[in-house]
Amino acid sequence: MAEIVSLAEAVRRAIHDGDAVAMEGFTHLIPFAAGHEIIRQRRRGLTLIRMTPDVIYDQLIGAGCARKLIFSWGGNPGVGSLHRFRDAVENAWPEPLELEEHSHAGMANRYVAGASGLPFAVLRGYNGTGLAEVTPTIAPVTCPFTGEILTAVSALAPDVAVIHAQRADRAGNVQLWGITGVQKEAVLSSERAVVTVEQIVDVLDPRPDAVVLPAWTVTYVAQVPGGAHPSYALGYSARDNDYYAAWDAISRDRDAFTSWLAVLMKSAL
Amino acid sequence: MSDGYSSDEMMTVSAARVLRDGLTCFVGIGLPSAAANLARATHAPGLVLIYESGTIGAKPGLLPLSIGDGILAETADAVVSVPEIFNYWLQPGRIDVGFLGAAQIDKFGNINTTVVGGDYGRPEVRLPGAGGAPEIAASCREVIVVVRQTRRSFVDRVDFVTSVGYGSGPGDRERLGLTGAGPRQIITDLGVLEPDPETLEFTLTGLYPGITIDAVREQTGWDLAVSASPQVIAPPTADELTALRDLHARSNTA
Repeated sequence: MAEIVSLAEAVRRAIHDGDAVAMEGFTHLIPFAAGHEIIRQRRRGLTLIRMTPDVIYDQLIGAGCARKLIFSWGGNPGVGSLHRFRDAVENAWPEPLELEEHSHAGMANRYVAGASGLPFAVLRGYNGTGLAEVTPTIAPVTCPFTGEILTAVSALAPDVAVIHAQRADRAGNVQLWGITGVQKEAVLSSERAVVTVEQIVDVLDPRPDAVVLPAWTVTYVAQVPGGAHPSYALGYSARDNDYYAAWDAISRDRDAFTSWLAVLMKSAL
Repeated sequence: MSDGYSSDEMMTVSAARVLRDGLTCFVGIGLPSAAANLARATHAPGLVLIYESGTIGAKPGLLPLSIGDGILAETADAVVSVPEIFNYWLQPGRIDVGFLGAAQIDKFGNINTTVVGGDYGRPEVRLPGAGGAPEIAASCREVIVVVRQTRRSFVDRVDFVTSVGYGSGPGDRERLGLTGAGPRQIITDLGVLEPDPETLEFTLTGLYPGITIDAVREQTGWDLAVSASPQVIAPPTADELTALRDLHARSNTA
């Protein structure tokens, strides 16, 4: 059953050095505040899982939190490169970063398998691509009914999922809407789940098309208004496209990034 | 810039023109998104735009910076989860056209967005990676690639096959079980390339006004074949330019 705690406490209790952490949110509802708290609490050796590493993982990688990245598209959307990610892969700075690389369809299906309690998922994909050669969690599988050769991808089973949502009630039932990505699958495939929300309300009035995660699927809920910034929460905030554009110059330069990090480390939650 | 329009504008207009009204189009971000939105704003108001964020039938009215901007969800016919967009909508071959960009592309239309130079584990340049492109390239009924043409980006063989075009030539897509027909056009800032019907090697079939065949060859990393009579593509109309600039202007002020 979900406990309502502060974000600092949720991170302290749910996320440990060496954990596999899936912080999801497909452009929308990215849990940036939780990412920053992980940096502040100096977690190390994490396996970071995310379809689109985005600026949030650029920051965690640059801060030295990550040992491995499992992902499918590592760019700054609409802007260009994630330079901390590139620096880690190209120059092992601040330390080497092991990669496990998929396509979006592959990653999405890996979460589905995890949420379904299955060891793998099946899709029609990867045939003829270099990814099938470099990624061991991609393998051919023969359909037992038709003989067609399809592709299997192994399930994701993170230690902890971290997501941001619009609302929760006082019991810890969580409601999110708009672009909901793979958050349901990330939560259901993980051992523990931390959810930050814009608002805790007395009653979650039903919304058409909302994803609801019952309290008993969530470990900790923390109220963090604006916790997705510079991503956004539909109905509460707009995507801060200027921040994404400005991140390019910070990310590009180790000194600029180090200064950014020093400010973050001193900032209160 | 020549005659009042830029080469990027010519490319975007040229790409928009191939999208017929009523088609369903899986849209990559950047140049492809600009072209798809221009088509919807001009001759193809019924074009169905589908983004990998799960937004089906988005009608943004400005150019989104990312594939997940709020405007896409707010204007969509339906918003579905990411597993659903790939499994239910893309994989079965429901989508007419995949509209993709590329960092590197080769003479068989294979796309690399993963690594350039070095080896995979320690590349010279680490690119963003696959995103939705491998399955878009495999499963859409056909694919259009929109990319600026340079000798560095147009290579004989890509360093890494992120998304398959025609593999190493005729028969490869069938052998690999790829259900879509593959890349039909590469639309660049110099002209248009289409696969030769026999060899499937991309061949220059269209030129923009004022661009010479030599200029295109200069920016191609393989020995580019030219069709018997390459078509000269009409410059952007005043309406096309106005619509495109409006889209950009609204995006920059939003």
